[in-house]
Parts: sequence; C-alpha cells; structure tokens
Amino acid sequence: MSKDILSARNDFPILSSQVNGFPLVYLDNAATTQKPQSVIDAISNYYSTINSNIHRGNHTLAIQATDAYENVRKKVATYINAASPDEIIFTRGTTESINLVAYSFGEAFVKPGDEIIVTQLEHHSNYVPWQLMCQRKGASFKVVPFDENGDLDLEILADMLSEKTRLLAVNHISNSLGTINPVEKIVRMAHAAGVPVLVDAAQAVQHTLHDVQVIDADFYVFSGHKMFAPMGIGVLYAKEKWLEALPPFISGGNMIDQVTPEKITFNVLPFKFEAGTSNVADVVGLGAALDYINSFDFQAIQAYEEDLLDFGEELLSTIPGLKIYGNPKRRSAILPFNIEGIQHFDLGILLDTKGIAVRTGQHCTQPIMDALRIPGTVRASLALYNTREDLEQLAHGIERIIRRIRS
Amino acid sequence: MSQKPSVKEIEQNLIDDFGLMDNWEEKYEYLIELGQDLPEMDAALKTEDRLVKGCQSSVWFDIHCQDHKVVFSADSDSLIVKGMVAILNEMLNGQPAEEVLKADLTFFETLGLWHHISSQRSNGLTAMLAHLKLAAADCLK
Repeated sequence: MSKDILSARNDFPILSSQVNGFPLVYLDNAATTQKPQSVIDAISNYYSTINSNIHRGNHTLAIQATDAYENVRKKVATYINAASPDEIIFTRGTTESINLVAYSFGEAFVKPGDEIIVTQLEHHSNYVPWQLMCQRKGASFKVVPFDENGDLDLEILADMLSEKTRLLAVNHISNSLGTINPVEKIVRMAHAAGVPVLVDAAQAVQHTLHDVQVIDADFYVFSGHKMFAPMGIGVLYAKEKWLEALPPFISGGNMIDQVTPEKITFNVLPFKFEAGTSNVADVVGLGAALDYINSFDFQAIQAYEEDLLDFGEELLSTIPGLKIYGNPKRRSAILPFNIEGIQHFDLGILLDTKGIAVRTGQHCTQPIMDALRIPGTVRASLALYNTREDLEQLAHGIERIIRRIRS
Repeated sequence: MSQKPSVKEIEQNLIDDFGLMDNWEEKYEYLIELGQDLPEMDAALKTEDRLVKGCQSSVWFDIHCQDHKVVFSADSDSLIVKGMVAILNEMLNGQPAEEVLKADLTFFETLGLWHHISSQRSNGLTAMLAHLKLAAADCLK
C-alpha cells in the first residue's frame, strides 16, 4: 500500500520550523530538497552502528558497511532500471559525474576538429566541463538554441549532428525554465547519427520518467541532494561498454588491480571509477531516500506535482505585473518569474522576511538569461511535500510586497 | 556638506532609527525608503567601468577626490541595495579620506541587517565598501 502524498510533509522535520518568525514555506527544491527523518536517521544509525571502511576490511563492521554500500548500488540500479549495478558509479554529485565523463571521454575519444554538442538550456555544470574539454582537445563546442517558448530547437540539433559529433550533452529538465526536454526523441536522433548522449537528470530523476533503458541514455547523471538524500553524493550511470572503454578520472586506492613501477592494471567495474575512501554514510542516506520515494506510487507523485504546478502557474498569472518565463510544451516543478519594477533579488529578500524561501538570480544558467535578455529571475520550485497553501502563501507574499513598494 | 556630522554620529542616528523597527519587514521597508530618497545618479555615469563587481544586482559608483574628501554618486537597480548605498552615502559621502578608510561594516550588524544580508556573497556590501576605500586610499596619495 503506497503512502498518501499529503502526509509527506510530516516526514520532514524542517518543514515544521519557523523562519524569521513565520512558518517556513520552502519553495527552493530545485536547489536542494529537504530530508525526511528516515534519511537523517539512516546517516546517524550508520555512524552509530556499522561505520567502517569498505571493500578492504575483513572484520564484521567492514563487511556490514560494505554490504550496506553495495545494497544501495543495487537500489539505484533498480530505481533507474540499469542493466547491472556495475553500471552505477557513486560520485559527489551531478557536477562531478559530468566532469568525470567530460575528462575520461575526452581523453579516449576526442581529437582536434571533432565536435561536442550541448544546449542553451544547460546548467553551467553541463556546459563548462564540455567547453573546457573542447579547449583542451581542440574540438568545437556547439550549442543548440531554445525557441521563444523555452523548447529546444530540434531542427537545429538535427542539422548539427554530423560525423564530426563525438557526444551530445542535454538535460532532461531545465533547472531554470522547467522545460521537460523530449530526451527519448533526442537520444534516438543522436543515436541515428552514431552519437552517444549524456543526460543530466538532476532535476528529473525525482519528478519524471527515470528509466535509463527507455531513455536509452549512454550516460545518465544526478545528485542525491535534490531527491531527499544528503548533499555530497551523486550518481553516474553509464552503459557498461562505455565504462569499459573510458580511462579512470580519479586514481588512487581501491581502483587498481596490480601496481608495479612499470605497469598498472585497473580494478573491475564499478571500482575502477571509485578511487579513495567512499562517502559510505551518504550512500546509505541515498538508499534511505530511494526507499522513501518508493514508499509512494511514483505516478501519483507525478500527477500531484503536475496539478500543483498548474495551480501555481494559474495563481501567479493573476498577479498584475508578474511575468512567467517560458511556455514549454511540458514543464516540471519550476516556476520562473519576475515582477515589473521589482528586482528579483529584492523580491527574494522580502519574501524571506515572511519565511518564504525561493531562489533568485541566474540559477547557474547565464546563457538562458542572456537569451531572455534579463539579469535573473525569481524561481519557485516544488517537491512532493509542497501544498497549494505554500503557493497561496507565495502569492500573498508577492502581492503584499507589490502593495508596499508601490504605495 | 560643510557641516557634515562625523561618521560615528551618523552611525548612532541610523542605529537609533533602525532600533525603532521591530521586524525584518519594517527594517527593509525603511531601507527601501532611504534608497528612494537617494539623490539621482546621472544616467550617463552608469557605465560598465563604474559597475561594482560581486553583486547579484547592478551597482554603479562614480567616485571623486575633492580636498582629500571622498565624494561620490551611486545607484542600483535593486531597491534594497540602493538602500544600503543610501546609508553609505549618508555616512561616507564628503567625509575625509582617512575616515572612509576607517569605516567598519560591523555597524550594519548593529542595524540588524549585517547578518541577514551581508553574509550573502551576492549582495556586494563588502565590494561596495572596498571600492570606496580604494578610492579613499588614492585620495591620500
């Protein structure tokens, strides 16, 4: 029996706290989500009961900690429907996952004159690592633009894909506009041109389809902290053939097989990409976060969040002078807007005086802000524990600020 | 500007004024009012080279040295930052360069604003003061 979504709020201790004397209204979930008690307890229990270094010890705690860690790898594989747990690499987060691929893929497969394609909708973390790799390798850096609605221009993508293209990097959901990109179609287009695809799922894995075999992504990356898990833990999924073909990114202990002054051979997957002591406690926390999400019916989460987004969009649209950015075919959990005559920064600070947490600024997407010719936006972003009341508080807060400033 | 009170006196007045506000909202509203009373900056002076780096919003400073005093005009597209500019204007505009060099941000803490906004790297209060101090140092050369 799946849990009722409306009860989710009670599972997050921080959501019943007060900020600046008001009950917290947390609408900054695209930056990071809050953590349920079960995740907080899992980390604490790990350190209280089985903390030990993994993979190399033969004492009881080392074996228990190793089992706990490897069980989460299986849980992640199941959650995203990877063909094997060996295709799951633990990293510090989405950014590290992308940097790993940009570095290792670049070393193995990119030479001068080649091309890498990204999109104008990317977070800097799925933009800059490719730009730097292109500079190192003498490759060209191509950017697929988005149209006036905030949807990617797939005709331009089709034209860009060529025999020179080595890789396409695209997000599933834009952190800035909330656009849900048609990644299955994009991957099919790229594969037809013989091009592998990295899908940045940081904003998607907790909100929408996350089946790597249906998407057919070659690389699929996300962070734990945006899906109720701790900060500092993330995932790189890659098809086994790619992980076998890529050289390691970070080197050291755990990732080697044989070392002599003359020769190194690497450990088997996934350990080849997990040098050094792993962040075991946060992996255990990630496992608890997956259990938490799995305690709901995922389709019910999607339906609930879609309804909430529609409600919020309609509510904000009634506020005079408020402009919501983008009108993509499909949008997820993110409402980017500005109020005429009030800077995003000011609105963020003034909402905070009422305990309402939103994000303001460029959201690490300068290319999007440049295309829209704006310095930044206010971004309200949702998670499954948000309610219509949260959005009503936001709307009231905004209306009050407008009245005060214009009076 | 000839009878301008000392930095310390102005600080005390502001501390007294802000002390009358008992919540964040009122403090910000007062800050925004101070910003709205800031003398207009000539639009022609709002150029790229007068932008202060390190702010989430745009802040322009045009600073001159007159008789070893620091004289400036400034503006921001953020009402809150403009309020902070207004405080800097009231405290430091026309003060001797030595006074500007001694100016201390802990005063904003006393207003109850320091912890709340100046801990954010993006608000640029630190950058604004550094900008003024650099000009003050030049003024003494």
